[in-house]
Amino acid sequence: MLSDFGVILLFIITGLAFVGLVLFVGSLLRPNRPNLEKLTTYESGEEPVGNANIQFNVRFYVVAIIFVLFDVELVFLFPWATVFGQKSLIEETNGLWGWFSLMEMLVFVALLALGLAYAWVKGYLDWVRPQPKIPELKTPVPASLYEKINQKYTTPRPPPY
Amino acid sequence: MNLTELIIKSIIILVIFGVTLVIAMYSTWAERKVAGFMQDRLGPNRAGPFGLLQPLADAGKMFFKEDFIPSQANKWLFIIGPCLAILTALMSSAVIPFGDSIRYEGLTIPVQGVEINIGILYVFGVVSLGVYGIMVGGWASNNKFSLLGAIRAASQNISYEIAMGLAIIAILMMTGSLSLRSIVAGQESFLTWNVFTQPLGFIIFLTCAFAECNRTPFDLPECETELVGGYHTEYSSMKLGFYLFAEYINMFVSSAVISTLYFGGYHYPFMNTVHNALTGSLGEVTGHNLATLIGMLVLFAKIFFFIFFFMWVRWTLPRFRYDQLMNLGWKSLIPLSILNVVVTGFGLLYDIEYASWLIVIVMVVLAVMSSARAPKRVVQPQRS
Repeated sequence: MLSDFGVILLFIITGLAFVGLVLFVGSLLRPNRPNLEKLTTYESGEEPVGNANIQFNVRFYVVAIIFVLFDVELVFLFPWATVFGQKSLIEETNGLWGWFSLMEMLVFVALLALGLAYAWVKGYLDWVRPQPKIPELKTPVPASLYEKINQKYTTPRPPPY
Repeated sequence: MNLTELIIKSIIILVIFGVTLVIAMYSTWAERKVAGFMQDRLGPNRAGPFGLLQPLADAGKMFFKEDFIPSQANKWLFIIGPCLAILTALMSSAVIPFGDSIRYEGLTIPVQGVEINIGILYVFGVVSLGVYGIMVGGWASNNKFSLLGAIRAASQNISYEIAMGLAIIAILMMTGSLSLRSIVAGQESFLTWNVFTQPLGFIIFLTCAFAECNRTPFDLPECETELVGGYHTEYSSMKLGFYLFAEYINMFVSSAVISTLYFGGYHYPFMNTVHNALTGSLGEVTGHNLATLIGMLVLFAKIFFFIFFFMWVRWTLPRFRYDQLMNLGWKSLIPLSILNVVVTGFGLLYDIEYASWLIVIVMVVLAVMSSARAPKRVVQPQRS
C-alpha cells in the first residue's frame, strides 16, 4: 500500500501543508500597509547603493571546488563502509577481504589527501588573516618626551579601596 | 500494510511532527531561561507561570506582524527560501528511531516515522539540502548583508559537512549498516556505545553539528556585529519565524542524531533486565509497551541534555573569526577524521574496537608536550 519512501512523501506533504497553513493564516491576520520607504533594501539606514551584485572573496569558490572533490570521496566511501566489515565476505575469503578492501580504500583516500595537501601547500586553504592597522605618527618629537610629560602631570591615584 | 497499520503510521507521523514543533518552540523559551540562569537574571517570567506561555505569545506576535517583500527582492525566491529551510528541517526527523516498538493487536510497530535501510544517508542528504534555504533566501533578498551571510553559511556548511560525513563513515564501518535502527541495535551494552569506541569521531561530529546548525561559536552567517542579521536581514513576520524555527528544529534533530549515533539511542544500562521484569509482571504486550516508553523517555533525556549543551556552549564560547573557522574545518577536522577512518579500519581488522583511542591519546600527549614547552607567560603586575 505504502512503500518506505511513500511514508517520506507523506512527511513532505505534511510539512508542505504545515508551511502553507501557517503562511495562509498569517496572511489573514496581519496588516498590509507597504510604502516606498518600507520597501527599500535595508542598508543601515542609508540610501542603498546599487544592488547586491557585489564582489566577494574568491576563496569561497575555491572552498566550493575542494568541497566537490571531497564530497565525491564521501559518496564512494559510504557504500564501502557498509561492506567493509561484512562477516560473510570475510569468511569466504579467509580474512583476505578486510585487507583487500582496506588497502583499496587507503589508495583512494591517499590520492585525495594528496589533493588536500596540494591545496594546503599552495595556500588555497589560507583565509586572509585580518591584520590590525596600527597608526604611525611621524613627528620629530621623540616618544620618550611624551612619556615624561605624561608622568609629570599624572597625579598618583588613591588606592582602590 | 493494512488500514490499521496505516492509521497508526499516520498517527506516529503527526505525533513526531507535533513533538518536533513543540520541542522547537520550547527550545526558544529554554534558551532564554538558560541564558538568564547563566547571566544571573530571571529570563522570561511574565507570560504564564515561569514564562511558560512566552513561546505562544512569540508565535502570536509573528502572526500579527506585517510581512513585506522589499521591492528589489526576487519575490518568489524570497518566499521559497524560508519555506525550504523549515521543510528540510522538518523532514529530517522522519527516520530517527525514537523508541523500540509498540505492540498493538498482534502488530509490532516501530516508534519511528519510517524505517529505511539508508537512514543516516537520508538525514545527511536532507541536512545538506538545508543550506539551499539559507542560500536562496539570502540571495533573493538582494541585500549585501544577506548575500554575504548566505555565502558564509554555504561555505561553512559545506566545509564542515565533509568532516561530519567522515565521522559518520567511521561509525558505519563499525556497524556495517546505514540504517539508524541497526546502528542503535549495535550499541546494546553500555561499553559498546559509539561514544566509547569512537571518541574522536564523536568530538568531530559534535563540532560539525554546531557548525551545521549555525550555532555559536559558528554563527558567522548571522553575526550581528558585522552583518546586521545575516541572511535574514530583510525578513519579517512568519518568514523570519520560519528561519528561526528551522534553526531550533535543526538543533533538536542534531541532538537526536547525536544521541542515536553515539549514545545508544533508546538504550540504557540494564535495559534487558528492566524489559524482562516488566514483561514478566505485566504480560508480553503491556510490559513491552511500558519498556518502550521508558526507552523513549531515556532518549528524550539525552536529547534534552544535548539541546542544553548547545545553549551552554552558546553562552560560554565567543564567536570564531572566519579564518579560524576555515582553519579548524579544513586543517584540523578533515585530516583528523580521515586519520580516524584509517585507524578504525586497521583496528577492525585486528578486532580492536577501541582503536580510535590511540589518536586521542597521541593528541593529548602532544597537547601536553606543546603546552609544557611553550614559554611561560610572564604575569605583569597591574598598574594602579
